[in-house]
Amino acid sequence: MSSLKSNFAGIKSPNPFWLASAPPTNSGYQVMRAFDKGWGGAVWKTLGVPIINTSSRYGAVNYRDKRMVGFNNIELISDRPLSDNLRDIEEVKKYFPEHAVIGSLMVETKQQWHQIIKDVENAGVDGIELNFGCPHGMCERGMGSAVGQEPNVLTQIVSWVMETAKVPVIVKLTPNVSHIEEPAIAAKRGGANAVSLINTIQSIVGVDIDNFVPYPVVDGKSTNGGYCGPAVKPIAMNMVKNVAKIPGYNLPISGIGGIENWRDAVEFILLGATNVQVCTAVMHYGFGIIREILAGFEQYMDEKNFSTVDEMIGKALPNILHWEELNLNYKVIAKIEESKCIGCQLCYIACEDGAHQAIGLPGNPDSRIPHIIEENCVGCNLCSIVCPVENCISMVRKDENKKIINWQERTAQGNIPVTFDDKLAGGVGHYIPEPKEAIAYRLK
Amino acid sequence: MSEYKPPKNEKEFEQNFDQIKPVMNKTEAIFESSRCLFCYDAPCVKACPTFIDIPLFIRQINNGNVKGAAKTIFYSNYLGNTCGKVCPTEVLCEGSCVYIKEGVKPVEIGRLQNYATNKAITEKIKIFSQGEPVKKKVAIIGGGPAGLSCACELRSNGIEADIFEGKSKATGLAIHGIAPYKIANQEVDDELEYLLRQFGFKIHFNHYVHGVEELRKIEKEYDAVFIGVGNANTTMLNIPGENKKNVVGAIEIIEQLRKKHHKTVFGNKVVVLGGGNTAMDAASEAARMGSEAVILAYRRAKADMKGYEFEFDLAKRVGVKAYFNVAPVEILGDEKVTGIKFIKTKSENGVITNIQGSEFTEECDMIIKATGQSRHFGLLHNIENLETDEEGRVIVNNEFRTTNPKYYAGGDAVNGGKEVVNSVAEGKSAGKNISKILLNKTLSLTLNT
Repeated sequence: MSSLKSNFAGIKSPNPFWLASAPPTNSGYQVMRAFDKGWGGAVWKTLGVPIINTSSRYGAVNYRDKRMVGFNNIELISDRPLSDNLRDIEEVKKYFPEHAVIGSLMVETKQQWHQIIKDVENAGVDGIELNFGCPHGMCERGMGSAVGQEPNVLTQIVSWVMETAKVPVIVKLTPNVSHIEEPAIAAKRGGANAVSLINTIQSIVGVDIDNFVPYPVVDGKSTNGGYCGPAVKPIAMNMVKNVAKIPGYNLPISGIGGIENWRDAVEFILLGATNVQVCTAVMHYGFGIIREILAGFEQYMDEKNFSTVDEMIGKALPNILHWEELNLNYKVIAKIEESKCIGCQLCYIACEDGAHQAIGLPGNPDSRIPHIIEENCVGCNLCSIVCPVENCISMVRKDENKKIINWQERTAQGNIPVTFDDKLAGGVGHYIPEPKEAIAYRLK
Repeated sequence: MSEYKPPKNEKEFEQNFDQIKPVMNKTEAIFESSRCLFCYDAPCVKACPTFIDIPLFIRQINNGNVKGAAKTIFYSNYLGNTCGKVCPTEVLCEGSCVYIKEGVKPVEIGRLQNYATNKAITEKIKIFSQGEPVKKKVAIIGGGPAGLSCACELRSNGIEADIFEGKSKATGLAIHGIAPYKIANQEVDDELEYLLRQFGFKIHFNHYVHGVEELRKIEKEYDAVFIGVGNANTTMLNIPGENKKNVVGAIEIIEQLRKKHHKTVFGNKVVVLGGGNTAMDAASEAARMGSEAVILAYRRAKADMKGYEFEFDLAKRVGVKAYFNVAPVEILGDEKVTGIKFIKTKSENGVITNIQGSEFTEECDMIIKATGQSRHFGLLHNIENLETDEEGRVIVNNEFRTTNPKYYAGGDAVNGGKEVVNSVAEGKSAGKNISKILLNKTLSLTLNT
């Protein structure tokens, strides 16, 4: 029987699913409702000197019939007085002593940091998260991502925090940097116990094209916001992987970014996260989505014979190499399962216009089933990705008996193209139609 | 049966004949348009007689350009709204949707089409422009889908178009012959008004052109003539008792129903003769008008029915019963019909023979004949050198020009009786060819597909 119990940098919680610091964790009322539904922990809406927000605050990217595949906000940290928040935290811990309550903090001076850490620890938090990520509003005031983007400043502030903090300290990283490894290492250098990532990405989600103003609109004007939701998940996962692969890093990672179901949570953990945090999906569907996450995650653990979550952490990392380490002799070719093909011909046009002209149409007007021109197929996957039918196009291995060789090895052998017209170029020998064949129908 | 009570007023009529393809709201349109795969060389386009770029207009709806979607539709099909509602989409565009091969419901193309065209019509969005006047005139005999489509095409090329319509309303079967649950009168009127306002062709109502003298006059006054007269009244069965009261033609009773709605009188027990789509429609309509029992009687086997399977299903769903391999021999009753005598038949290799001694009688108080329509021979015979085939259809070449070079023709008068969309396609093609010939040049028409 698998156990979902989680220990993140010494912070214990019934499961590894926390609410991220955001509107859903704005009050004791919300956090208690969340714990009651099954969430394992909550990172409180960031505390500091309370702010004043705008109206409106949110914008979204909708894709076809799907709402909120991407989401952005220009909301700032908590607008509630600190004492109200502290009283709420105390109350929550009284009712839910086993659950993790993390105080997210953002202040300016060393003195403020020392004071607020004492305050939240007195209120009973199990850990502290330093918000060095907020990419709008707070950064202009020298906080949030302004700190996260300056490794030395980040280290400095973390070390102030570590002087007084008695509970574990997590540093939340901003993705608005060129190399996520730099702030991650800076956090470790300052003595942090863990990192969490990603915070939101600077964004404009859309423009009101009638009034020439981006969303969200505040009295006819707008500003960039922080982007999150399912659309950012691939970016977040890559950054989690990058931090997890820093040699000798060893700090636990709390994975954040577009997580809304059990599979997302599994993926982040396989890429090196110890737990995950969720916000946008809860803002969309409410706390109830935890039911699906818990059920799916447990079922996965059972099916894969994982008895603890820790066994899963980073399981995919050994299979992530640098590009030059990949086997250049590995060769797959697309195969269309004719009995499943519905004849949409999306694979044909995708390959014809967007790839390698490796799919042909049937000469027979009664058939709409395309065929693979094997000598042109480079095994790129595009056709199998655009195919709307499950398991209709598969990629079949075609490189039997070839030994493994990668770019590094070929470079060492001097077996790589080096001149502009080198005969060793990968595309040499591939059939490409003459340019004028594109307009042959017009010339006729 | 008696699923439906006879409607006593307009409201009850509308309830009995509620639209089987109601106009979508925006949410539904976004959801449904999201399903389109944007197939390459899409089979739905090939299945459409007017070749509407369906994946394009669906994508336009999905991306919030409903006006653009309406343009895409109307530029290919001048009666885009009517066709979206009355086309047998189940066997045309939707019937060819690739989703069907996967066991998934096809995209509701017809209703998406209406979503766009309905918006353009109700919001009076101007999308067409008339061509520069070229001092050419074309007379159009018959203001049905073919004639209207031809007129629109001619006007877009600056050619004057005068429509001579025998009845008090134009659009032909769209307003007179389609089952009311497929399209409401108002929708047909609104689309005609929409086209009239933009194209400015003329319609002479209640002007039944057929006499020699008038034809000669028209030939003199106009540069070309288009015949879009469709078919005429229901043909005679030539069996005893056919002239009794309450023996009616399907086309005629459907026209009455479209005009008079709940005031149309149907029998209590109705027998519909025929196996085509008109028979299915008439049977469905009798049932929805509250007839106690409706029997569809077809001379041949079920497999030989010309009507579409989905039309038969529609009729069955409202309680219509069907007899196959029965031929009418005599209509019984004194002044008014009280029954019909059938003889059983058998079909072998397409040939049907009566089974001797198998006669039986079915009681009924109304008989609807959906056994085919006659042609407008009076008119056709008065046109010099105009040839028709053995079934009375006007013979045209691939430019829709008849054997009399002054005349062009399209629609049911040429194809014998197909869908509204076929007439629209033929009318437009004819209009294009007339324009080409009258303007004596190859047109690069912006409105052409």
